[in-house]
Amino acid sequence: MRSRKSWFLALALTSVLALSACGNNGGNNSANGGNAGASSAPTETNSGAELSGSILASGSTALQPLVEQVAEKFMEQHAGLDIQVQGGGSGTGLTQVAEKQVDIGNSDVFAEEKLKDADAEKAKALVDHQVAVVAIAAVTNPAAGVDNLTKQQLVDIFTGKVTNWKEVGGADQKIQIINRPASSGTRATFEKFALGTKTEDLPGSIQEDSSGTVKKIVAETPGAIGYLALSYLDETVKTLKYDSVDPSVDNVISGKYPVWAYEHMYTNGEPTETVKAFLDYFLTDEVQNGDVTELGYIPASKMQVSRDVAGNVTNK
Amino acid sequence: MIVQNNKIAQNHKSRIEKHHIEDFIGRSYMSFCVLLLIVAIISMVYFVMSKGVSTFVVDKVSISDFFFGTKWSPEGNNPSFGALPFIAGSFITTLLAALIASPLSICAALFMTEIVPGWGKKLLQPVIELLSGIPSVVYGFVGLSVIVPFLRDVFPGQGIGVAAGSIVLSVMILPTITSVAVDALSALPQNLKESSFALGATRWQTISGVIIPTTLPAILTGVVLGMARAFGEALAVQMVIGNAPFIPKSLFESASTLTSVITLGMGNTTMGSPQNNSLWSMALVLMLMTFLFVFIVRLLEKRRAI
Repeated sequence: MRSRKSWFLALALTSVLALSACGNNGGNNSANGGNAGASSAPTETNSGAELSGSILASGSTALQPLVEQVAEKFMEQHAGLDIQVQGGGSGTGLTQVAEKQVDIGNSDVFAEEKLKDADAEKAKALVDHQVAVVAIAAVTNPAAGVDNLTKQQLVDIFTGKVTNWKEVGGADQKIQIINRPASSGTRATFEKFALGTKTEDLPGSIQEDSSGTVKKIVAETPGAIGYLALSYLDETVKTLKYDSVDPSVDNVISGKYPVWAYEHMYTNGEPTETVKAFLDYFLTDEVQNGDVTELGYIPASKMQVSRDVAGNVTNK
Repeated sequence: MIVQNNKIAQNHKSRIEKHHIEDFIGRSYMSFCVLLLIVAIISMVYFVMSKGVSTFVVDKVSISDFFFGTKWSPEGNNPSFGALPFIAGSFITTLLAALIASPLSICAALFMTEIVPGWGKKLLQPVIELLSGIPSVVYGFVGLSVIVPFLRDVFPGQGIGVAAGSIVLSVMILPTITSVAVDALSALPQNLKESSFALGATRWQTISGVIIPTTLPAILTGVVLGMARAFGEALAVQMVIGNAPFIPKSLFESASTLTSVITLGMGNTTMGSPQNNSLWSMALVLMLMTFLFVFIVRLLEKRRAI
């Protein structure tokens, strides 16, 4: 009886302590950012001494699997280090890193594209680390009967000017658009580099957030058209050429295929030594040619072209 | 004598103290929990309120544009924040789901309590309870794999739309309505039915003339609770409804609900941007609707007491 009561009390006390500890942690995090990394910095030397502390990353769900896998490997090499990776979306990642709630904010788009107007100042404080490239291809239901679309044909389809596949050389079938939500990074990339214009949502169009669901619907719905990252493509959907260019990894690397975007990992100001070591690890050949390719991304280090916020492409 | 008295007094004193301590610990722990709960609820309501109101205060979107505007394009050069399509979508799917699920649930409850109380209840009860334990993503996937292709083959359109959303929702709210109806029906006084049978009424006459009218307020409570669940359900509906920001012209056309728009947009927008604020305004509408549902349930309960 006695022991049960004390258990109860202990439980109550621990929960109170845990709660207050949570509060403290949150406060510290938001006030000092990557403090853990900074405070441990003096004991380290640059010659690969043991790293310790904790890193918190959040944001893009498209980038999450890669960051998680690389973090696992990095933690195996540095036992004292704790890296946590959360999803939540690019907007969440950028908000949290701008408010110093996390050390790294993962995003599918440039911070300047999300943090606009009143928030533009916040974007200036962020430092961009591009770790991978994701290419996006237009896909259709295999019965649509087309295997190549020009930029103009795509624009006509996604703005509702063309509503039947026979108008672009396919089967006599109504076109069903499977879109991403207006705020999605994948949609922003597709509109910016494949269509060159923003589109409005059309009545009757379908919006889905997850790539798996988009693929399932495109594969099953007659006349459907959508767009997917290269890593999701398989034979259940028809992958279209864009202006006669095949969306292959080689064409993306050489700059021939234009519909791609960087995967960004933002830090607020220059990263602390621990965070920098983690971000540098992403750019090693081990990760770029290993995990990045394995998970269907394109290594940023291999790209023969580079692109800035405004979309200007230059040869490296 | 004095020593003994002292001892008794001491014993007595220590017993009272122990009792008081236990009492004190129990009471303070309980008060702490209650306080935490109250603080959590108040801060949540305050958070959603302050965020939701900033669309109108900070971003200067007019309230009538938000509630009656039909054009939703927050990313455009001339952004407009008309949320009517989503409010309409939420109400249409919820009402349809309640219309489909209520007769089924009430029949299931009658089957379990009046028609075959023995094995009928033993068979149906676990099945209905199982339904409420299935995660909503599974409902969404089943909807996408079974209901959508079926609707696409039988009706015009792509299968994805209001009808698919309502059907998925109706299965999800079945357990809620059924369990409330079963409770109400089994709580009915036995002599009410016996008197009806004694007057020569058949079972069907008893059910339709005595049992249903008497338990109607309780059954309606179940229906409203089911509607509250349907109104707030996000993931399963989002997968099958299509999410086009327009008021649908037919049941087989893509439409959106408040919850589906919030879940699609929340992670992709940055905190404090007008688009993010407008999503919080929709969350506020959802919260106010939940309050309304609770209020209706309270009213119905009052009627049941009489």
